[in-house]
Amino acid sequence: MKFKWWHGALIFALLLAVLSPLASSFPDGLERVAENKGFIETAREALFNLIPDYVFPGIANEAGATILAAIIGTLLIFGITYGLARLLKAKGEA
Amino acid sequence: MHIPDGFISAPVATAGCVVAAGCIAYAVKATNKKMGEKEIPLMGVLAAFIFAAQMLNFPIAGGTSGHLIGAALAAILLGPWAGVLIMTCVLAVQCLIFQDGGLFALGANIVNMGIIAGFVGCYVYRGGTFLFGGHKRRILVSGGIAAWLSVVVASVVCAFELAISGTVPLGVALPAMAGVHALIGIGEGAITAAVLALVMATRADLLELKKA
Repeated sequence: MKFKWWHGALIFALLLAVLSPLASSFPDGLERVAENKGFIETAREALFNLIPDYVFPGIANEAGATILAAIIGTLLIFGITYGLARLLKAKGEA
Repeated sequence: MHIPDGFISAPVATAGCVVAAGCIAYAVKATNKKMGEKEIPLMGVLAAFIFAAQMLNFPIAGGTSGHLIGAALAAILLGPWAGVLIMTCVLAVQCLIFQDGGLFALGANIVNMGIIAGFVGCYVYRGGTFLFGGHKRRILVSGGIAAWLSVVVASVVCAFELAISGTVPLGVALPAMAGVHALIGIGEGAITAAVLALVMATRADLLELKKA
């Protein structure tokens, strides 16, 4: 298979996924506002948990668990959107 | 800016789901006619990049972090409706698999980070390149400003949703949300401009696709 530009782009996204343990763990903008303005407690727990907080459950090494979650997510999103785009193109031609 | 369940009321969450569903349905119609061979892998890698980049929170002032939304970038490269589909996929997977953003709040999150941010980003970018021309540096400046504004406007809409829900008064939520996201938006603008520069250097033809 010939190497195409988007193979490089997908590898770039996966490299970012590998860097995910370096992310800042500070609360994000909305969480910061919720803490400062006193409504953070109104947040409800999720109904179910699969890979909560981008950490794959049951792995002792947190960085490894984060990288695994990031790679799963990146590939899953790629597969879904690539498949969706193919489907839409086929539909448009019909 | 992913809203968890509980921050917004049932009526606001429901309204978000209705608006999001309507826009997604239209986005499917609008994109299926214009989907070309080039757009298929671009849609996939753009969504994958946005997901991975969203995980990389960068610190801003005051023990707070921010991360890319990516809606402006997606809408600039592929048009606002394809952007809605990309952001919906990213936000739905984040919600369903990673429990980031509430299940009932998914509609509101799609409205804020998929629809509002994408349309603001796309049309500010198009306005910028129309007014200032399509020279390389001007395209990057237009893209950066469009991306910054996309985050700030999305945060303002989020503040309204919180206020309408009775969670926090608008006079408190609005300056707080807009203020912190004006800083986070600088990161959004810088990353968006950097990716546009990379696209220009490697596949300049992709910048001409932005119609669907």
